[in-house]
Amino acid sequence: MLQIILDILSVPAVLVGVVALVGLAVQKKKGSEVIKGTIKTIMGFLVLGGGADIAVAALGHFGAMFQQGFGVQGIVPHNEAVVALALKEYGQQTALIMTFGMVANILIARFTKLKYIFLTGHHTLYMACMIAAIFIAAGITGAPLVIVGSILLGLTMAFFPAIAQPTMRKITGTDEVAFGHFGTIGYVISAGVGSLIGKNSKSTEEMKFPQGLSFLRDTSVSVALVMGILYFIVAFASGPAFIEANLSAGQNFIVFALLQAITFAGGVYVILAGVRLILAEIIPAFKGIAERIVPEAKPALDCPVVFPYAPNAVLIGFLSSFVGGIIGMAVLIALDAPVILPGVVPHFLCGATAGVFGNATGGKRGAFWGALIHGIVITFLPVLLMPVLGDLGFANTTFSDADFGVVGILLGNVLKFFIP
Amino acid sequence: MKILVSCGSGLGSSFMIEMNIKKVLSELGVQAEVEHSDLASAKAMKADIYVGTRDIASQLDALDGEVVSLNSMIDLAELQKKLGEVLKKLNLIQ
Repeated sequence: MLQIILDILSVPAVLVGVVALVGLAVQKKKGSEVIKGTIKTIMGFLVLGGGADIAVAALGHFGAMFQQGFGVQGIVPHNEAVVALALKEYGQQTALIMTFGMVANILIARFTKLKYIFLTGHHTLYMACMIAAIFIAAGITGAPLVIVGSILLGLTMAFFPAIAQPTMRKITGTDEVAFGHFGTIGYVISAGVGSLIGKNSKSTEEMKFPQGLSFLRDTSVSVALVMGILYFIVAFASGPAFIEANLSAGQNFIVFALLQAITFAGGVYVILAGVRLILAEIIPAFKGIAERIVPEAKPALDCPVVFPYAPNAVLIGFLSSFVGGIIGMAVLIALDAPVILPGVVPHFLCGATAGVFGNATGGKRGAFWGALIHGIVITFLPVLLMPVLGDLGFANTTFSDADFGVVGILLGNVLKFFIP
Repeated sequence: MKILVSCGSGLGSSFMIEMNIKKVLSELGVQAEVEHSDLASAKAMKADIYVGTRDIASQLDALDGEVVSLNSMIDLAELQKKLGEVLKKLNLIQ
């Protein structure tokens, strides 16, 4: 009997369903709500797996074309794609680390000075997944993996909002709300650059700036567009003969490349739908429980929380971070290293946020240079991160945002040091 | 009655605003279905009221429903005021 229960719980989709079930029961929801929420959560996990298949197949073609065209490995950093891929392997461990990591976050907020509750659930999920992958690559499994991994996740959930808070106070003008997004080190660097060089620079919001690029806020559209350009470049680099013989089964190489780019964006769309379903019940439960146990803690929210405070800095940040990504890519090509391409989501979301942080400390100049350096930083971090990810390090995609890089590189190398 | 909150990827911001809206609605005693989505999906989802921060709301105007544009996703007072006005317009509260 116990074995059957263990077998059922080892299915990650069921495990997250059980977490949602417990969360709903603790909140004393109606029976119908509990059933609905549990089923939707399980479905979310399964939908996410389907999205992974779509996105990863399209990326595989990209990787093949890049290899053929440039002779080195080309990687498109994209959290959703790499996590969806990793969850097929490490789903159970990720679900456990995520659940107990949230518990650890509440305990840390209750008993230490780090009074932050990290509410950006998808990043909690992604960080849990990366921690699981790195521990497993280092040969640590079972209870130690879950216990140490959860504590580590809880620490990151409280620590990163804390280092962003000084600049957050400047941006929002209040101390009530915190910032919760695992690109924080990049934003803190940008704020640092801003305060170094941005003396007397006027705020980005005092200038007129065209808002025509705001349609890029629609993630599916911006992913399809930028990936379209990247696919187009690699299609020409690898040549029609190669593509039509090996990949497209005779379909015209340009048509193939553009359709693959939109297929990738479609895969990401499905993954996001899955993530949304997984989090729909778990995050409100987490928030409700946290508010009861640590009412004085600050909620740490996703990065667009700062966008309305400086819409011009958002666009400047995106553009200059993207330029930083291209500069970083050129350096990697010169060094003959694996090439990290400028992924649109990390530059748009994280670059934009870096722009807002840079503007808060150093105006226009801070927004531009801060985000540019952010763009270079998030291009180099994945190169050092991939070797510690085990099998996942060989994928055509990897984690994109700064904190994943920094936490992963530190954790992976510390583990390597102790467990040769 | 259905309220849809949107943001770029439909993961973080819109979810936080959704939870705030549920809080406001229960204080007002209004029954409504509240959901969150990304921008692309919003166009395919029918709702009576669409909500987004001001950088997003401009793209919700073309949809067939009332639009609430927020300057801040954390300001509960602003949300209460703007949502209240729309609910009054729709005769859902006095």
